[in-house]
Amino acid sequence: MTAADIHAAILAAWRIEQPRLITSLSRMLRDVPLAEELAQDALVAALEDWPKSGVPDRPGAWLMATAKRRALDHLRRAKMLARKHGMLALDFEQEEQAMPDIDGSLDDDIGDEMLRLIFTACHPLLSRDAAAALALRMICGLTTEEIARAFLVPEATISQRIVRAKRTLSESGLAYETPRGEALSERLASVLEVVYLIFNEGYTASRGDDWMRPQLCQEALRLGRVLVSIAPMEAEAHGLLALMELNASRAAARIDADGEPILLLEQDRRRWDFLQIRRGLQALGRAQALGGEGGFYVLQAEIIACHARAETAEATNWRRVAGLYEKLSARVASPIIELNRAVAVSMAEGPEAGLAIIDRIAGEPALQTYHLLPGVRGDLLQKLGRHDEARAAFEAAAQLAGNRRDRSLMQRRAREVP
Amino acid sequence: MRFMSIVISSQPMQGPTPALMEAMGKLTEREIKSGRMVDMGGLAPLQQGAHVAIQGGRLRVTDGPFVEAKEVIGGYAIFEFRDKAEAVAMAKEFMQLHLDHMPGWEGTCELRPMVGHGVDMKCGEAVQSPAHA
Repeated sequence: MTAADIHAAILAAWRIEQPRLITSLSRMLRDVPLAEELAQDALVAALEDWPKSGVPDRPGAWLMATAKRRALDHLRRAKMLARKHGMLALDFEQEEQAMPDIDGSLDDDIGDEMLRLIFTACHPLLSRDAAAALALRMICGLTTEEIARAFLVPEATISQRIVRAKRTLSESGLAYETPRGEALSERLASVLEVVYLIFNEGYTASRGDDWMRPQLCQEALRLGRVLVSIAPMEAEAHGLLALMELNASRAAARIDADGEPILLLEQDRRRWDFLQIRRGLQALGRAQALGGEGGFYVLQAEIIACHARAETAEATNWRRVAGLYEKLSARVASPIIELNRAVAVSMAEGPEAGLAIIDRIAGEPALQTYHLLPGVRGDLLQKLGRHDEARAAFEAAAQLAGNRRDRSLMQRRAREVP
Repeated sequence: MRFMSIVISSQPMQGPTPALMEAMGKLTEREIKSGRMVDMGGLAPLQQGAHVAIQGGRLRVTDGPFVEAKEVIGGYAIFEFRDKAEAVAMAKEFMQLHLDHMPGWEGTCELRPMVGHGVDMKCGEAVQSPAHA
């Protein structure tokens, strides 16, 4: 094995064990940020030791034992054997004696611990960016550098975000408990937002961007699966997973050989991942069975499902899509949702109907810098034969476009107007 | 990267020991709850299935073939792993459980990347551009 192979093997073993490390240590120390640090220490120890002694037969147990030793050292050194931790003094001695016996950790309720971890990382006290970084770190085991590359920000920025987030959590004296019942449902919203943020960050990536960016979709999907397995009665968790699986299913069809984006309606549907679509539709079904029909993520998943179910672009049930956007709009007043509804309405009822909606929202402040407003307008105008207006709209869209690919797509549309 | 993992053994499993069952159950639960395992299935013995083979230029159907001393596949699981190192790490844990709880049993866990999910068939390297898939 090369040094690089060994490094990869150590990292892989640590990532698999990491959630249990953090949750066990959190229980010992009643401090999640500290637990995370000690879990990192265990990784450092492995990186030093295993290249010399070889990867142990039971890497998880080695890491757990190392981490627990560090935790006990910390408790001793930090003089936390004060009254409030008097409860721990007894366990402490027992732990010391029982150190070789690591199998106790196998009795953990993995689900409960993961729940605690994910709800801590995504605590509403933290900004979504901070929560995303912390979740990727603590649950997915990404390094600071990987997270930074994924979000296209300097490593120092992510470092600071994580440090501040952990400080916020420590200082807030968060009760160390697992949210349940109503509290869980309420807190779930912040968790879902964070996971969705991570997914979208990766989803908008294109070829030529760091490969960590599409990898973010996989991490978000993983987090989504974790959520539904530990909170199986939450319809919106299934809804979000459905939304992510269904969107991710088009990954292979979304860009062409030159790395340029292909619009959904123009994609070769044979390249869609049908197993993933099936999983997405199953998740959607579970969400609906749980009564999640009108939920924010469920509605969005329903919309994407309309596309996923259509064998060809022409077979898309646009009336249904338009109706779903209407429900979504009623739930969340958003000019961007209205813009998408305009597209669906134009497909179902003709370009004039879509244009009428566009004209109504054209003045919205949120849309003034959104290139798809003139972009969609240009498309509808072109279909109506209003070519000069269409070209002007596409050119305006190109000006507003935020990245090279969107800009060149709009420029191409402008050129292709007859 | 999507992987299929299959366990192959020439020793029929007499029946996993209760300790092995429990340990495998916990591992499976962890793999599902961590979002890594996306599908799994047990394969019933070949006696309940069939072989459709080409032999001597002809099709031959054997219902419920009885095969002796051949390698038997007991089941499969499909994972979304970050990379091959993660696949190997998980498989090592899985097989170590067999060593620990059913000593004397021998078998192989075969890991196969599934083509098209970040994997290029030609060079076997994970390729970031889906255009190559």
